[in-house]
Amino acid sequence: MVRFIARRVALALVTLLLLSVIVFAISNILPQDVGRSILGPFAPAPEVAALNHRLGTDKPLLDQYAKLLKGMVTFNFGESYQTGQPVGDLIKSTLQNSAKLAFLAFLLTVPLGILGGVVAALKQGTLVDRVIVMLGLAGSSIPEFVTGTFLVVILGLELHLLPTLADWPPGSNIFQQMHYLLMPALALVLVYFGYIARMARAGTIVALESDYTRTAVMKGLSRATVIRRHVLRNALLPTISVIATQTGYLFGGLLAVELIFNVNGLGRLLVTAAKAKDLPVLQAGVLVIGIIYMIATLLADILISWLNPRVRLGAED
Amino acid sequence: MGESGCGKSTTAYAALRYLPANGRITGGKALIDGTDVTHLKTGELQRLRATRVSMVYQDPGAALNPSIRIGPQVEEAFTVLGHSDARSRALAALDHVRISDPRRVMARYPHQLSGGMQQRVVIAMALACDPQLLVLDEPTTGLDATVEAEVLDLIQALRTEMGAALLLIGHNLGVIRKMCDRVGVMYAGRLVEEGPAEAIFREPRHPYTVGLLRCVPRLGSRKEDHRLETIPGFLPQIGESLPACVFVDRCPIATEVCRTEPPPAVPVGQGRFSLCHHTDRIAAIPAPAAEASAPRAAQAAAPVLSLEGVSKTFKQAGHNVYALAGIDLELRAGETLGLVGESGSGKTTLAKTILGIHAPDEGGVMTLKGERLPGTVAERGREEKRSIQIVFQNPDSALNRSHTVRGILMRSLKKLAGLAGQAAEERLETLGQHVRLSSRHLDMRPRQLSGGLKQRVAIARAFAGSPRIVVCDEPTSALDVSVQAAILNLLADLQRDEGSSYVFISHDLNVVRYLSDRIAVLYLGRLMEVGPAATVFDPPHHPYTEALLSAVPRVDGEPTDRIRLEGEIPSAAAPPAGCVFHTRCPRRIPGLCDVDEPDLKEVEPGHLMRCHISVEELRRVQAKVVEPAEA
Ligand SMILES: Nc1ncnc2c1ncn2[C@@H]1O[C@H](COP(=O)(O)OP(=O)(O)O)[C@@H](O)[C@H]1O
Ligand code: SF4
Ligand code: SF4
Ligand SMILES: [Mg+2]
Repeated sequence: MVRFIARRVALALVTLLLLSVIVFAISNILPQDVGRSILGPFAPAPEVAALNHRLGTDKPLLDQYAKLLKGMVTFNFGESYQTGQPVGDLIKSTLQNSAKLAFLAFLLTVPLGILGGVVAALKQGTLVDRVIVMLGLAGSSIPEFVTGTFLVVILGLELHLLPTLADWPPGSNIFQQMHYLLMPALALVLVYFGYIARMARAGTIVALESDYTRTAVMKGLSRATVIRRHVLRNALLPTISVIATQTGYLFGGLLAVELIFNVNGLGRLLVTAAKAKDLPVLQAGVLVIGIIYMIATLLADILISWLNPRVRLGAED
Repeated sequence: MGESGCGKSTTAYAALRYLPANGRITGGKALIDGTDVTHLKTGELQRLRATRVSMVYQDPGAALNPSIRIGPQVEEAFTVLGHSDARSRALAALDHVRISDPRRVMARYPHQLSGGMQQRVVIAMALACDPQLLVLDEPTTGLDATVEAEVLDLIQALRTEMGAALLLIGHNLGVIRKMCDRVGVMYAGRLVEEGPAEAIFREPRHPYTVGLLRCVPRLGSRKEDHRLETIPGFLPQIGESLPACVFVDRCPIATEVCRTEPPPAVPVGQGRFSLCHHTDRIAAIPAPAAEASAPRAAQAAAPVLSLEGVSKTFKQAGHNVYALAGIDLELRAGETLGLVGESGSGKTTLAKTILGIHAPDEGGVMTLKGERLPGTVAERGREEKRSIQIVFQNPDSALNRSHTVRGILMRSLKKLAGLAGQAAEERLETLGQHVRLSSRHLDMRPRQLSGGLKQRVAIARAFAGSPRIVVCDEPTSALDVSVQAAILNLLADLQRDEGSSYVFISHDLNVVRYLSDRIAVLYLGRLMEVGPAATVFDPPHHPYTEALLSAVPRVDGEPTDRIRLEGEIPSAAAPPAGCVFHTRCPRRIPGLCDVDEPDLKEVEPGHLMRCHISVEELRRVQAKVVEPAEA
């Protein structure tokens, strides 16, 4: 187990290094002259040179890459070209908001999705099953901006249940913030519910039809015991692994939802930085997402192997 | 008994009311100890299952929950009965099914146990409630012959002890004969014959039973003496409208009345019936032709493949696993070399080494037709790859599901024989004819074919490049007896026509005996005995061969003084010192066998054995065992 984790961590570090190279390469292919693209075509050459010098974009590529690596380790990515604020601070504050949103969405979706999937599987072929499957399918095939808009119109403008924009007044406590984030979170729930429910349903059906469930039933156990002790654990294993390894998927939705509801999050930060060619912000943002993704996958792998004795103990004897 | 798909499991599960979601009992009663199961309420049904009936299943690995330790799984069978001391009872139950270290086993997960152990655990759970009825659905299918024999012994012993009635489902006729007092033969969802086991095996009174009994190679039957009987045709498809007698399309003595009138259950003796119009004409069923299916391979033929000092050591978690140790073996042109031994003895490793799937250790030499054969496929040339082919137990793994049979075979013809276009088409035609696949079959995809047909495709694929050597790894183990007979006939025919050599692996010793010219017995990666089939199967045997042979359940009735091997095959990571078999050998000589490893010596011309006991002595002691007359 320890060796397994060590191997996985090493692998993650290598991937991270690779990611930094890719991010660096791409961002250096796009704009040839950063100073020029910031100051515009009519700025005098010496000013451009001075800016490039100040930003470090006139240094050899290797130095610039070293700076990026150093930034990764010390979490110091320099200043934003746009605002001059330290990139680290920008990322930190927006990341916090994104994390709150993601966490809230996660907290709502996972239990709902699993519950929905398991119930659908247990009632396979009935109306309940069909309704759950249809709901999930509809939710995940309609784009976020459509569901988001619906939510805004119905819950916000018509029923006045929830604020339509996630711009909570400064000094709000965490619960007030959650209140503001509930609608964007719901938009995410709608999208991911179907996905998780589908996995949970499939896993439960496989477990229900398995030989070990048959053994449990033939032991004379009650249906509730059979499901609790024998079906669920095996059914949810693949579901959990999919949820965990698909965190990257969550980022896409997060980005769209942040834009719709004006959440001051990492997604929105990245979009604005991309528009303004704000390289340090862009680089740091992509790297941070990469790191989060990798940590999530790593945790998922560890969780899965811990839940599955076949992986945990190996099959050597 | 009956072939797969004839309704054996469905009958048993219906009796216990465990039906698939799309299954329903539409009529009739199922009485267990007087209670009609079909009308029980949920709670009563649970009670019945918890207290009075139990079941043991075909695949014990799948029947145990993979993510719960053995202990809690066994305990559960006692807690449901309301026992508060479930743990100590579970320990006792595991002890009862002869698990030697129950405490340790309780802490394990199912995947950490061998198949035989898993099945013991399932049996322990089944016996928890002291059932009146124990249903066993092919409990030993997929287990080694020696493990099978042990599990069957255990079941028989427990049965006398507990007084439970057994409903044993099986397609191995030897097992049925050994275990059962009464037999029911099923075909297409009907019980076509029923009666006392002895009577049915001695004198079957339904044409289907006759066919089934003739399909299996008997002890001592050989390909050079006769072809195997088959039952031509197929079980009716689900949804097809059934003829008046369901067996009519495959019956050798069918008449007009069989198509118009459903046959009645005709009493044919004490407690016997047969569902047939013509029970009096059974004797008219033509006897198997005594035509030889293949000539015996010439003893002096030149070797196509020879192995000298071939070993294979795997590294696993820091240990060395000695899967093969110093194998010296020759395969002659046109002969079948049978490879036998329990699982874990190294049969598949040897097969894979010959195929180049993994390289042997340094020092081992393989020679193909006089030329040195490189250790791995990657180093082998096309000619060498073409020359050595394999047929697996499970044809699915070898066949690309997205291609048609024609596509699969065309690819092999191109890759192995270098044929394309018209030439390939022509060869495909002959190949198809040889393995008896019609052109309709050629246009189907593997999943549309039955197991037997898929295996034909796999065989055709192996023969695409006219190989010199075909390794057959349990090619018929997953098939029904009638299909097995057809495949064995096919292999014999192909060998006669193409002159290929076979390395034939099977745990069914009668099958090995039928097809093989020579036999090699493996134990813990070592050759224990090699020789002509008849010599190996007749005494004197190596003590290990003797034990293997005595574990075989026989369709022809049973010599009762079986040799029982203690325990399981030791781990190849730590082979015992001295003779590797000494830990289980009933004839071991203390002080010698556990110290010195005997050499593989030629004891008679062409007959090699690895044992300290002299062949004369073995002949003397083994002569006491009365061998049954050949069938
Ligand atoms: N759930 C099911 N749905 C449809 N057909 C089934 C189902 N289970 C079994 N069958 C069919 O019923 C027949 C009898 O199957 P089974 O009882 O498993 O036979 P056996 O145990 O003798 O091999 C087969 O043709 C099989 O395909
Ligand atoms: S009834 Fe006719 S077809 Fe059916 S088994 Fe008897 S002889 Fe054959
Ligand atoms: S050498 Fe000894 S232990 Fe080995 S098989 Fe012969 S008698 Fe048995
Ligand atoms: Mg069955």
